[in-house]
Amino acid sequence: MTGAAGNQGRIVAPGPDAGGAVLPADGTPAALGAEALDLVMPMHLRIGADGLVVSCGPTLRKLLHPTDPLGRAFHQVIDLRRSRRIRSPARLAELAGTRLAAVLCERPGVDLRGTVVPLAGGGLLVDLALGIGAVAAVGELDLTVTDFSATDQTSDILYLVEANRAVTAAWQRLNRRLEGDRRAAETRAVTDPLTGLKNRRALRDALSRVTGEDLSRSVALMQIDLDHFKRVNDSLGHAAGDRVLGRVARVLRAETRASDMAARLGGDEFTLLLRDSPPIEQLRVIARRIIAALERPMEYEGRPIRISASVGIALSLLYPDPDPDRMLADADKALYAAKRAGRGRFHIFDPGVDGEGTKHGREEDG
Amino acid sequence: MHGLVPYSIQSFVIDSYGADAWGRIGRAADPRFGRFEAMQTYDDAVVEGVLAAACREFNKRRSDLLEDLGTYLISNPRQRITRRLLRFSGDSFADFLLSLEDLSDRVALAIPELRLPVVIVRQKSSSCFDLRVEPGMRGYGLVLMGVLRAMADDYGALVLSDCIEGPDGAATLRLELLDPRFARPRDFELSDRP
Repeated sequence: MTGAAGNQGRIVAPGPDAGGAVLPADGTPAALGAEALDLVMPMHLRIGADGLVVSCGPTLRKLLHPTDPLGRAFHQVIDLRRSRRIRSPARLAELAGTRLAAVLCERPGVDLRGTVVPLAGGGLLVDLALGIGAVAAVGELDLTVTDFSATDQTSDILYLVEANRAVTAAWQRLNRRLEGDRRAAETRAVTDPLTGLKNRRALRDALSRVTGEDLSRSVALMQIDLDHFKRVNDSLGHAAGDRVLGRVARVLRAETRASDMAARLGGDEFTLLLRDSPPIEQLRVIARRIIAALERPMEYEGRPIRISASVGIALSLLYPDPDPDRMLADADKALYAAKRAGRGRFHIFDPGVDGEGTKHGREEDG
Repeated sequence: MHGLVPYSIQSFVIDSYGADAWGRIGRAADPRFGRFEAMQTYDDAVVEGVLAAACREFNKRRSDLLEDLGTYLISNPRQRITRRLLRFSGDSFADFLLSLEDLSDRVALAIPELRLPVVIVRQKSSSCFDLRVEPGMRGYGLVLMGVLRAMADDYGALVLSDCIEGPDGAATLRLELLDPRFARPRDFELSDRP
Protein backbone atom coordinates (compact mmCIF):
# COMPACT_ATOMS: atom_id res chain seq x y z
CA MET A 1 0.00 0.00 0.00
CA THR A 2 1.44 3.36 -0.96
CA GLY A 3 1.43 6.56 0.96
CA ALA A 4 0.65 4.91 4.27
CA ALA A 5 1.01 7.27 7.22
CA GLY A 6 1.13 6.64 10.96
CA ASN A 7 -1.86 7.79 12.94
CA GLN A 8 -2.03 6.79 16.60
CA GLY A 9 -0.24 3.60 15.81
CA ARG A 10 -2.49 2.84 12.93
CA ILE A 11 -1.35 3.05 9.33
CA VAL A 12 -3.89 4.48 6.98
CA ALA A 13 -3.79 5.24 3.29
CA PRO A 14 -4.96 8.52 1.89
CA GLY A 15 -8.45 8.45 0.50
CA PRO A 16 -11.45 10.59 -0.27
CA ASP A 17 -12.69 10.94 3.30
CA ALA A 18 -10.81 12.98 5.84
CA GLY A 19 -9.52 10.01 7.81
CA GLY A 20 -8.08 8.37 4.72
CA ALA A 21 -9.53 5.33 3.04
CA VAL A 22 -7.96 1.96 3.66
CA LEU A 23 -9.34 0.46 0.53
CA PRO A 24 -8.53 2.74 -2.38
CA ALA A 25 -11.35 4.25 -4.32
CA ASP A 26 -9.79 3.55 -7.69
CA GLY A 27 -12.71 1.95 -9.38
CA THR A 28 -13.88 -0.02 -6.32
CA PRO A 29 -17.46 0.77 -5.43
CA ALA A 30 -16.86 1.50 -1.78
CA ALA A 31 -13.91 2.95 0.00
CA LEU A 32 -13.65 2.12 3.67
CA GLY A 33 -12.09 4.47 6.20
CA ALA A 34 -9.72 3.04 8.78
CA GLU A 35 -12.21 3.52 11.58
CA ALA A 36 -15.00 1.98 9.56
CA LEU A 37 -12.76 -1.00 8.82
CA ASP A 38 -12.00 -1.38 12.54
CA LEU A 39 -15.70 -1.29 13.25
CA VAL A 40 -16.85 -3.86 10.72
CA MET A 41 -13.73 -6.06 10.93
CA PRO A 42 -12.27 -5.63 14.41
CA MET A 43 -10.08 -8.68 13.79
CA HIS A 44 -8.66 -7.79 10.39
CA LEU A 45 -5.05 -7.78 9.32
CA ARG A 46 -4.01 -5.72 6.33
CA ILE A 47 -0.88 -6.87 4.58
CA GLY A 48 1.14 -4.72 2.19
CA ALA A 49 2.54 -5.87 -1.15
CA ASP A 50 5.84 -6.54 0.65
CA GLY A 51 4.14 -8.99 3.01
CA LEU A 52 4.41 -6.72 6.06
CA VAL A 53 1.42 -5.96 8.28
CA VAL A 54 0.21 -2.40 7.74
CA SER A 55 -2.88 -2.38 9.93
CA CYS A 56 -4.58 -4.52 12.50
CA GLY A 57 -8.11 -4.42 13.94
CA PRO A 58 -8.49 -3.40 17.60
CA THR A 59 -9.71 -6.78 18.85
CA LEU A 60 -6.88 -8.65 17.15
CA ARG A 61 -4.49 -6.07 18.57
CA LYS A 62 -5.90 -6.80 22.03
CA LEU A 63 -5.24 -10.50 21.54
CA LEU A 64 -1.69 -9.83 20.33
CA HIS A 65 -0.89 -7.45 23.16
CA PRO A 66 1.87 -6.62 24.04
CA THR A 67 3.30 -7.58 20.67
CA ASP A 68 2.94 -4.88 18.02
CA PRO A 69 2.14 -6.58 14.71
CA LEU A 70 2.72 -3.52 12.54
CA GLY A 71 5.72 -3.81 10.24
CA ARG A 72 6.11 -7.55 10.85
CA ALA A 73 5.91 -10.19 8.16
CA PHE A 74 2.40 -11.68 8.17
CA HIS A 75 3.67 -15.21 8.77
CA GLN A 76 5.30 -13.99 11.98
CA VAL A 77 1.93 -12.79 13.21
CA ILE A 78 -0.46 -15.51 12.10
CA ASP A 79 0.35 -19.16 11.71
CA LEU A 80 -1.72 -20.62 8.85
CA ARG A 81 -2.01 -24.10 10.22
CA ARG A 82 -2.83 -25.77 6.95
CA SER A 83 -0.47 -23.69 4.77
CA ARG A 84 2.65 -23.11 6.84
CA ARG A 85 5.02 -22.80 3.92
CA ILE A 86 3.29 -19.75 2.53
CA ARG A 87 5.55 -16.78 3.19
CA SER A 88 4.90 -14.45 0.26
CA PRO A 89 1.83 -12.28 -0.29
CA ALA A 90 1.53 -13.67 -3.80
CA ARG A 91 1.15 -17.22 -2.47
CA LEU A 92 -1.20 -16.03 0.26
CA ALA A 93 -3.35 -14.35 -2.41
CA GLU A 94 -3.85 -17.78 -3.98
CA LEU A 95 -5.86 -18.74 -0.90
CA ALA A 96 -8.37 -15.95 -1.60
CA GLY A 97 -11.91 -17.12 -1.08
CA THR A 98 -10.94 -20.23 0.89
CA ARG A 99 -11.54 -20.73 4.58
CA LEU A 100 -8.34 -20.16 6.53
CA ALA A 101 -7.51 -21.95 9.74
CA ALA A 102 -4.97 -20.04 11.78
CA VAL A 103 -3.57 -19.35 15.19
CA LEU A 104 -1.71 -16.32 16.44
CA CYS A 105 2.03 -17.04 16.58
CA GLU A 106 2.10 -15.38 20.01
CA ARG A 107 -0.94 -17.32 21.32
CA PRO A 108 -1.01 -20.73 19.68
CA GLY A 109 -3.89 -21.74 21.94
CA VAL A 110 -6.32 -19.31 20.32
CA ASP A 111 -7.77 -20.89 17.19
CA LEU A 112 -9.01 -18.56 14.50
CA ARG A 113 -10.70 -18.88 11.20
CA GLY A 114 -10.85 -16.36 8.44
CA THR A 115 -10.56 -15.44 4.82
CA VAL A 116 -8.15 -13.46 2.69
CA VAL A 117 -8.94 -11.13 -0.21
CA PRO A 118 -6.62 -9.14 -2.47
CA LEU A 119 -7.00 -5.36 -2.33
CA ALA A 120 -7.44 -3.34 -5.47
CA GLY A 121 -4.43 -1.16 -4.81
CA GLY A 122 -2.17 -4.10 -3.97
CA GLY A 123 -1.77 -5.94 -0.71
CA LEU A 124 -4.18 -8.25 1.02
CA LEU A 125 -6.88 -8.08 3.66
CA VAL A 126 -7.22 -10.97 6.09
CA ASP A 127 -10.42 -11.02 8.15
CA LEU A 128 -10.35 -13.26 11.18
CA ALA A 129 -12.86 -14.50 13.76
CA LEU A 130 -12.56 -16.68 16.83
CA GLY A 131 -12.75 -20.40 16.13
CA ILE A 132 -15.16 -22.47 18.17
CA GLY A 133 -12.48 -23.49 20.69
CA ALA A 134 -11.53 -19.87 21.31
CA VAL A 135 -15.18 -18.94 21.75
CA ALA A 136 -15.41 -21.45 24.57
CA ALA A 137 -12.33 -19.92 26.18
CA VAL A 138 -13.39 -16.31 25.62
CA GLY A 139 -13.24 -15.63 29.35
CA GLU A 140 -9.48 -16.04 29.30
CA LEU A 141 -9.14 -13.58 26.42
CA ASP A 142 -10.66 -10.67 28.38
CA LEU A 143 -12.92 -9.69 25.50
CA THR A 144 -16.23 -7.89 25.85
CA VAL A 145 -19.34 -7.53 23.70
CA THR A 146 -17.90 -4.40 22.08
CA ASP A 147 -14.86 -6.33 20.85
CA PHE A 148 -17.03 -8.09 18.29
CA SER A 149 -18.69 -6.51 15.32
CA ALA A 150 -22.46 -6.10 15.45
CA THR A 151 -22.88 -8.93 12.94
CA ASP A 152 -20.51 -11.32 14.71
CA GLN A 153 -22.53 -14.00 16.53
CA THR A 154 -19.81 -14.92 19.00
CA SER A 155 -21.73 -13.37 21.88
CA ASP A 156 -24.89 -15.21 20.79
CA ILE A 157 -22.96 -18.47 20.97
CA LEU A 158 -21.83 -17.52 24.45
CA TYR A 159 -25.44 -16.74 25.35
CA LEU A 160 -26.51 -20.15 24.12
CA VAL A 161 -23.69 -21.93 25.95
CA GLU A 162 -24.78 -20.28 29.18
CA ALA A 163 -28.49 -20.79 28.58
CA ASN A 164 -27.83 -24.40 27.77
CA ARG A 165 -25.86 -24.85 30.95
CA ALA A 166 -28.71 -23.35 32.99
CA VAL A 167 -31.32 -25.56 31.32
CA THR A 168 -29.19 -28.65 31.84
CA ALA A 169 -28.79 -27.72 35.50
CA ALA A 170 -32.58 -27.36 35.82
CA TRP A 171 -33.08 -30.83 34.36
CA GLN A 172 -30.47 -32.24 36.69
CA ARG A 173 -32.20 -30.66 39.68
CA LEU A 174 -35.49 -32.19 38.58
CA ASN A 175 -33.83 -35.57 38.10
CA ARG A 176 -32.24 -35.46 41.53
CA ARG A 177 -35.57 -34.55 43.10
CA LEU A 178 -37.40 -37.33 41.28
CA GLU A 179 -34.66 -39.77 42.27
CA GLY A 180 -35.01 -38.61 45.87
CA ASP A 181 -38.79 -39.08 45.69
CA ARG A 182 -38.35 -42.52 44.19
CA ARG A 183 -35.97 -43.55 46.97
CA ALA A 184 -38.28 -42.16 49.63
CA ALA A 185 -41.21 -44.08 48.13
CA GLU A 186 -39.07 -47.19 47.99
CA THR A 187 -38.09 -46.76 51.63
CA ARG A 188 -41.72 -46.19 52.64
CA ALA A 189 -42.70 -49.35 50.78
CA VAL A 190 -40.36 -51.48 52.89
CA THR A 191 -40.56 -49.64 56.22
CA ASP A 192 -42.92 -50.07 59.12
CA PRO A 193 -44.03 -46.47 59.71
CA LEU A 194 -44.61 -46.88 63.45
CA THR A 195 -41.25 -48.32 64.45
CA GLY A 196 -39.03 -47.50 61.47
CA LEU A 197 -38.10 -51.20 61.28
CA LYS A 198 -38.44 -53.05 57.99
CA ASN A 199 -41.87 -54.47 57.17
CA ARG A 200 -43.13 -57.89 56.09
CA ARG A 201 -42.52 -57.09 52.44
CA ALA A 202 -38.90 -56.16 53.10
CA LEU A 203 -38.39 -59.41 55.01
CA ARG A 204 -39.89 -61.43 52.18
CA ASP A 205 -37.60 -59.67 49.68
CA ALA A 206 -34.57 -60.26 51.89
CA LEU A 207 -35.46 -63.95 52.31
CA SER A 208 -35.77 -64.34 48.55
CA ARG A 209 -32.26 -62.94 48.21
CA VAL A 210 -30.74 -65.39 50.69
CA THR A 211 -28.41 -67.59 48.64
CA GLY A 212 -27.28 -71.18 49.07
CA GLU A 213 -23.90 -69.85 50.04
CA ASP A 214 -25.46 -67.66 52.78
CA LEU A 215 -27.30 -70.71 54.12
CA SER A 216 -24.20 -72.89 54.16
CA ARG A 217 -22.28 -70.18 56.04
CA SER A 218 -25.18 -69.95 58.54
CA VAL A 219 -28.36 -67.89 58.53
CA ALA A 220 -30.60 -67.52 61.59
CA LEU A 221 -34.24 -66.45 61.80
CA MET A 222 -35.70 -65.31 65.10
CA GLN A 223 -39.45 -64.89 65.49
CA ILE A 224 -40.28 -62.64 68.42
CA ASP A 225 -43.76 -62.29 69.85
CA LEU A 226 -44.55 -59.98 72.77
CA ASP A 227 -46.24 -61.42 75.84
CA HIS A 228 -48.93 -59.40 77.64
CA PHE A 229 -48.93 -56.77 74.90
CA LYS A 230 -52.69 -56.96 74.44
CA ARG A 231 -53.11 -56.19 78.12
CA VAL A 232 -51.10 -52.96 77.74
CA ASN A 233 -53.16 -51.92 74.77
CA ASP A 234 -56.45 -52.71 76.48
CA SER A 235 -55.67 -51.11 79.83
CA LEU A 236 -53.51 -48.12 78.88
CA GLY A 237 -54.60 -47.45 75.31
CA HIS A 238 -52.96 -47.58 71.92
CA ALA A 239 -50.58 -44.71 72.61
CA ALA A 240 -49.03 -46.78 75.40
CA GLY A 241 -48.92 -49.77 73.04
CA ASP A 242 -47.13 -47.67 70.45
CA ARG A 243 -44.59 -46.62 73.05
CA VAL A 244 -43.91 -50.27 73.82
CA LEU A 245 -43.48 -51.10 70.15
CA GLY A 246 -41.02 -48.22 69.78
CA ARG A 247 -39.00 -49.59 72.67
CA VAL A 248 -39.00 -53.07 71.14
CA ALA A 249 -37.65 -51.57 67.94
CA ARG A 250 -34.82 -49.88 69.84
CA VAL A 251 -33.93 -53.12 71.61
CA LEU A 252 -33.91 -55.11 68.38
CA ARG A 253 -31.81 -52.50 66.63
CA ALA A 254 -29.31 -52.55 69.45
CA GLU A 255 -29.05 -56.34 69.27
CA THR A 256 -28.48 -56.54 65.52
CA ARG A 257 -25.64 -55.60 63.19
CA ALA A 258 -25.95 -53.49 60.05
CA SER A 259 -25.95 -56.63 57.93
CA ASP A 260 -28.89 -58.10 59.88
CA MET A 261 -32.51 -57.18 59.39
CA ALA A 262 -35.07 -56.39 62.09
CA ALA A 263 -38.65 -56.37 60.80
CA ARG A 264 -42.09 -55.83 62.32
CA LEU A 265 -44.53 -58.10 60.61
CA GLY A 266 -47.56 -56.43 62.18
CA GLY A 267 -49.19 -56.27 65.62
CA ASP A 268 -46.62 -57.44 68.17
CA GLU A 269 -44.79 -59.85 65.86
CA PHE A 270 -41.16 -59.20 64.97
CA THR A 271 -38.53 -61.10 62.99
CA LEU A 272 -34.77 -60.91 62.99
CA LEU A 273 -32.86 -62.17 59.97
CA LEU A 274 -29.20 -62.72 60.79
CA ARG A 275 -26.89 -63.40 57.87
CA ASP A 276 -23.53 -64.84 58.85
CA SER A 277 -25.23 -65.77 62.07
CA PRO A 278 -23.14 -66.30 65.19
CA PRO A 279 -22.85 -69.86 66.54
CA ILE A 280 -25.75 -71.40 68.43
CA GLU A 281 -24.31 -70.56 71.85
CA GLN A 282 -24.15 -66.92 70.91
CA LEU A 283 -27.72 -67.03 69.59
CA ARG A 284 -28.89 -68.23 72.97
CA VAL A 285 -27.13 -65.28 74.59
CA ILE A 286 -28.76 -62.87 72.16
CA ALA A 287 -32.23 -64.34 72.73
CA ARG A 288 -31.81 -64.09 76.49
CA ARG A 289 -30.57 -60.52 76.19
CA ILE A 290 -33.54 -59.50 74.06
CA ILE A 291 -36.04 -61.06 76.45
CA ALA A 292 -34.33 -59.51 79.47
CA ALA A 293 -34.28 -56.08 77.84
CA LEU A 294 -37.97 -56.29 76.96
CA GLU A 295 -38.87 -57.41 80.48
CA ARG A 296 -37.26 -54.34 81.99
CA PRO A 297 -40.17 -52.36 83.46
CA MET A 298 -41.16 -49.07 81.89
CA GLU A 299 -43.64 -46.37 82.73
CA TYR A 300 -46.38 -44.70 80.77
CA GLU A 301 -47.88 -41.54 82.27
CA GLY A 302 -46.84 -42.65 85.71
CA ARG A 303 -48.23 -46.16 85.35
CA PRO A 304 -45.94 -49.18 85.14
CA ILE A 305 -45.84 -51.35 82.07
CA ARG A 306 -44.45 -54.87 82.12
CA ILE A 307 -44.22 -57.09 79.12
CA SER A 308 -42.12 -60.03 78.07
CA ALA A 309 -41.41 -61.85 74.83
CA SER A 310 -41.23 -65.36 73.45
CA VAL A 311 -38.66 -66.22 70.81
CA GLY A 312 -38.51 -68.99 68.22
CA ILE A 313 -35.26 -69.58 66.36
CA ALA A 314 -34.38 -71.49 63.17
CA LEU A 315 -30.74 -71.92 62.18
CA SER A 316 -29.71 -73.00 58.66
CA LEU A 317 -26.74 -75.05 59.92
CA LEU A 318 -29.13 -77.47 61.61
CA TYR A 319 -30.68 -78.48 58.27
CA PRO A 320 -29.16 -80.92 55.77
CA ASP A 321 -30.81 -78.94 52.97
CA PRO A 322 -31.86 -75.54 54.37
CA ASP A 323 -34.64 -73.51 52.77
CA PRO A 324 -35.58 -69.98 53.95
CA ASP A 325 -39.35 -70.48 53.68
CA ARG A 326 -39.24 -73.66 55.66
CA MET A 327 -36.96 -72.02 58.22
CA LEU A 328 -39.49 -69.22 58.66
CA ALA A 329 -42.29 -71.71 59.24
CA ASP A 330 -40.08 -73.66 61.67
CA ALA A 331 -39.13 -70.48 63.56
CA ASP A 332 -42.90 -69.96 63.98
CA LYS A 333 -43.29 -73.48 65.32
CA ALA A 334 -40.42 -72.89 67.73
CA LEU A 335 -42.07 -69.65 68.84
CA TYR A 336 -45.30 -71.48 69.70
CA ALA A 337 -43.33 -74.13 71.48
CA ALA A 338 -41.71 -71.38 73.58
CA LYS A 339 -45.12 -69.83 74.27
CA ARG A 340 -46.57 -73.16 75.30
CA ALA A 341 -43.69 -73.67 77.69
CA GLY A 342 -44.61 -70.47 79.50
CA ARG A 343 -43.83 -66.84 78.66
CA GLY A 344 -40.44 -65.18 78.41
CA ARG A 345 -38.71 -68.17 76.85
CA PHE A 346 -36.98 -69.06 73.64
CA HIS A 347 -36.80 -72.26 71.67
CA ILE A 348 -34.41 -73.31 68.90
CA PHE A 349 -36.01 -75.49 66.28
CA ASP A 350 -34.19 -78.79 65.78
CA PRO A 351 -35.24 -80.38 62.46
CA GLY A 352 -34.16 -83.81 63.65
CA VAL A 353 -36.44 -83.71 66.71
CA ASP A 354 -39.08 -80.99 66.23
CA GLY A 355 -39.44 -81.88 62.58
CA GLU A 356 -41.43 -84.92 63.58
CA GLY A 357 -43.89 -82.63 65.34
CA THR A 358 -44.03 -84.82 68.41
CA LYS A 359 -41.37 -83.93 70.89
CA HIS A 360 -40.06 -80.53 71.87
CA GLY A 361 -36.42 -80.02 72.70
CA ARG A 362 -37.08 -77.08 74.92
CA GLU A 363 -34.58 -74.54 76.05
CA GLU A 364 -35.40 -71.87 78.51
CA ASP A 365 -33.89 -68.50 78.99
CA GLY A 366 -31.51 -67.82 81.84
CA MET B 1 -47.92 -23.09 30.87
CA HIS B 2 -44.21 -23.87 31.03
CA GLY B 3 -43.14 -24.67 34.58
CA LEU B 4 -40.46 -21.98 34.58
CA VAL B 5 -43.19 -19.34 34.95
CA PRO B 6 -44.80 -20.70 38.15
CA TYR B 7 -41.38 -21.87 39.35
CA SER B 8 -40.21 -18.24 39.15
CA ILE B 9 -43.20 -17.13 41.24
CA GLN B 10 -42.37 -19.85 43.76
CA SER B 11 -38.68 -18.85 43.98
CA PHE B 12 -39.68 -15.19 44.30
CA VAL B 13 -42.04 -15.87 47.21
CA ILE B 14 -39.67 -18.26 49.01
CA ASP B 15 -36.60 -16.01 48.62
CA SER B 16 -38.49 -12.82 49.51
CA TYR B 17 -41.02 -13.98 52.12
CA GLY B 18 -39.88 -17.44 53.24
CA ALA B 19 -40.92 -21.03 52.73
CA ASP B 20 -43.71 -20.81 55.34
CA ALA B 21 -45.47 -18.07 53.37
CA TRP B 22 -45.18 -20.20 50.25
CA GLY B 23 -46.65 -23.17 52.10
CA ARG B 24 -49.67 -21.09 53.20
CA ILE B 25 -50.20 -19.77 49.67
CA GLY B 26 -50.03 -23.24 48.19
CA ARG B 27 -52.53 -24.66 50.68
CA ALA B 28 -54.87 -21.70 50.19
CA ALA B 29 -54.79 -22.18 46.41
CA ASP B 30 -55.14 -25.95 46.39
CA PRO B 31 -54.95 -28.32 49.37
CA ARG B 32 -53.31 -30.98 47.20
CA PHE B 33 -50.69 -28.58 45.95
CA GLY B 34 -47.06 -29.59 46.44
CA ARG B 35 -44.49 -27.50 44.62
CA PHE B 36 -43.81 -26.31 41.09
CA GLU B 37 -41.04 -27.88 39.07
CA ALA B 38 -39.24 -25.73 36.49
CA MET B 39 -39.23 -28.37 33.79
CA GLN B 40 -42.88 -29.44 33.93
CA THR B 41 -46.04 -28.04 32.42
CA TYR B 42 -48.95 -26.64 34.45
CA ASP B 43 -52.49 -25.60 33.84
CA ASP B 44 -52.85 -21.82 33.53
CA ALA B 45 -55.69 -21.87 36.07
CA VAL B 46 -53.46 -23.46 38.72
CA VAL B 47 -50.87 -20.72 38.28
CA GLU B 48 -53.52 -17.98 38.38
CA GLY B 49 -54.95 -19.53 41.56
CA VAL B 50 -51.56 -19.46 43.27
CA LEU B 51 -50.98 -15.88 42.14
CA ALA B 52 -54.37 -14.80 43.56
CA ALA B 53 -53.58 -16.56 46.85
CA ALA B 54 -50.20 -14.79 46.99
CA CYS B 55 -51.90 -11.39 46.52
CA ARG B 56 -54.24 -12.20 49.42
CA GLU B 57 -51.38 -13.46 51.60
CA PHE B 58 -49.31 -10.29 51.13
CA ASN B 59 -52.27 -7.95 50.73
CA LYS B 60 -50.79 -6.68 47.49
CA ARG B 61 -52.26 -5.74 44.17
CA ARG B 62 -51.62 -8.24 41.42
CA SER B 63 -49.84 -5.63 39.31
CA ASP B 64 -47.47 -4.72 42.16
CA LEU B 65 -46.70 -8.35 42.91
CA LEU B 66 -45.93 -9.13 39.26
CA GLU B 67 -43.70 -6.10 38.94
CA ASP B 68 -41.83 -7.11 42.10
CA LEU B 69 -41.43 -10.55 40.58
CA GLY B 70 -39.81 -9.02 37.49
CA THR B 71 -37.41 -6.99 39.61
CA TYR B 72 -36.56 -10.04 41.70
CA LEU B 73 -35.70 -12.04 38.56
CA ILE B 74 -32.92 -9.58 37.75
CA SER B 75 -31.71 -8.21 41.05
CA ASN B 76 -31.79 -11.24 43.35
CA PRO B 77 -28.35 -12.90 43.51
CA ARG B 78 -30.00 -16.34 43.29
CA GLN B 79 -31.31 -15.41 39.83
CA ARG B 80 -27.98 -14.20 38.43
CA ILE B 81 -28.35 -16.36 35.33
CA THR B 82 -31.47 -14.46 34.15
CA ARG B 83 -29.67 -11.17 34.46
CA ARG B 84 -26.62 -12.54 32.67
CA LEU B 85 -28.61 -13.98 29.79
CA LEU B 86 -30.42 -10.68 29.29
CA ARG B 87 -27.18 -8.70 29.36
CA PHE B 88 -26.05 -10.62 26.28
CA SER B 89 -28.74 -8.74 24.34
CA GLY B 90 -27.22 -5.31 24.36
CA ASP B 91 -24.26 -3.20 25.31
CA SER B 92 -26.29 -0.21 26.54
CA PHE B 93 -29.75 0.07 28.01
CA ALA B 94 -31.13 1.63 24.81
CA ASP B 95 -29.53 -1.21 22.86
CA PHE B 96 -31.08 -3.69 25.25
CA LEU B 97 -34.54 -2.13 24.84
CA LEU B 98 -34.35 -2.37 21.05
CA SER B 99 -33.23 -5.98 21.30
CA LEU B 100 -36.37 -6.91 23.26
CA GLU B 101 -37.98 -7.66 19.90
CA ASP B 102 -35.67 -10.70 19.78
CA LEU B 103 -36.37 -11.74 23.36
CA SER B 104 -39.08 -14.25 22.57
CA ASP B 105 -36.88 -15.93 19.93
CA ARG B 106 -33.86 -15.78 22.16
CA VAL B 107 -35.74 -17.55 24.97
CA ALA B 108 -37.17 -20.12 22.54
CA LEU B 109 -33.65 -20.86 21.32
CA ALA B 110 -32.70 -21.88 24.84
CA ILE B 111 -36.02 -23.49 25.83
CA PRO B 112 -38.15 -24.29 22.76
CA GLU B 113 -41.23 -25.09 24.89
CA LEU B 114 -41.26 -21.69 26.58
CA ARG B 115 -43.16 -19.33 24.28
CA LEU B 116 -43.10 -15.78 25.59
CA PRO B 117 -45.27 -13.12 23.94
CA VAL B 118 -43.63 -11.09 21.20
CA VAL B 119 -42.68 -7.52 22.12
CA ILE B 120 -42.65 -4.79 19.48
CA VAL B 121 -40.40 -1.84 20.26
CA ARG B 122 -40.90 1.63 18.82
CA GLN B 123 -38.36 4.32 19.51
CA LYS B 124 -40.39 7.54 19.62
CA SER B 125 -37.44 9.84 20.21
CA SER B 126 -33.88 9.50 21.42
CA SER B 127 -35.15 8.90 24.93
CA CYS B 128 -38.72 7.57 24.56
CA PHE B 129 -39.63 4.00 23.81
CA ASP B 130 -43.01 2.32 23.37
CA LEU B 131 -43.17 -1.41 23.92
CA ARG B 132 -46.22 -3.31 22.74
CA VAL B 133 -46.62 -6.74 24.30
CA GLU B 134 -48.66 -9.12 22.15
CA PRO B 135 -51.55 -10.91 23.88
CA GLY B 136 -51.22 -14.46 25.16
CA MET B 137 -49.80 -14.41 28.66
CA ARG B 138 -51.60 -12.42 31.33
CA GLY B 139 -49.29 -10.41 33.52
CA TYR B 140 -46.28 -10.69 31.24
CA GLY B 141 -46.18 -6.93 30.56
CA LEU B 142 -46.14 -6.20 34.29
CA VAL B 143 -43.36 -8.66 34.97
CA LEU B 144 -41.47 -7.21 32.01
CA MET B 145 -41.77 -3.75 33.51
CA GLY B 146 -40.18 -4.98 36.74
CA VAL B 147 -37.46 -6.62 34.68
CA LEU B 148 -36.83 -3.41 32.73
CA ARG B 149 -36.59 -1.29 35.87
CA ALA B 150 -34.04 -3.68 37.35
CA MET B 151 -32.13 -3.91 34.07
CA ALA B 152 -32.01 -0.10 33.89
CA ASP B 153 -30.31 -0.17 37.31
CA ASP B 154 -27.97 -2.83 36.01
CA TYR B 155 -26.95 -0.64 33.07
CA GLY B 156 -26.73 2.41 35.33
CA ALA B 157 -29.59 4.12 33.46
CA LEU B 158 -32.33 6.28 34.99
CA VAL B 159 -35.78 5.57 33.53
CA LEU B 160 -39.43 6.39 34.03
CA SER B 161 -41.83 3.65 33.08
CA ASP B 162 -45.47 2.62 33.20
CA CYS B 163 -47.54 -0.24 31.91
CA ILE B 164 -51.17 -0.58 30.82
CA GLU B 165 -52.40 -4.14 30.65
CA GLY B 166 -55.40 -5.30 28.64
CA PRO B 167 -57.64 -8.22 29.61
CA ASP B 168 -56.06 -10.68 27.14
CA GLY B 169 -52.52 -10.07 28.39
CA ALA B 170 -51.69 -7.49 25.72
CA ALA B 171 -49.88 -4.57 27.29
CA THR B 172 -48.29 -1.27 26.41
CA LEU B 173 -45.19 -0.11 28.21
CA ARG B 174 -43.81 3.41 27.97
CA LEU B 175 -40.22 4.08 28.92
CA GLU B 176 -38.47 7.37 29.18
CA LEU B 177 -34.73 7.18 29.40
CA LEU B 178 -33.90 10.19 31.56
CA ASP B 179 -30.18 9.53 31.85
CA PRO B 180 -28.40 6.57 30.23
CA ARG B 181 -25.34 7.09 32.42
CA PHE B 182 -26.96 7.95 35.72
CA ALA B 183 -24.86 5.48 37.73
CA ARG B 184 -21.95 3.13 37.19
CA PRO B 185 -23.24 0.03 35.38
CA ARG B 186 -22.73 -3.38 36.94
CA ASP B 187 -19.93 -5.34 35.30
CA PHE B 188 -20.76 -7.85 32.65
CA GLU B 189 -18.13 -10.28 31.43
CA LEU B 190 -18.81 -12.44 28.41
CA SER B 191 -17.62 -15.50 30.20
CA ASP B 192 -19.30 -16.51 33.44
CA ARG B 193 -16.67 -16.80 36.12
CA PRO B 194 -18.55 -17.19 39.36
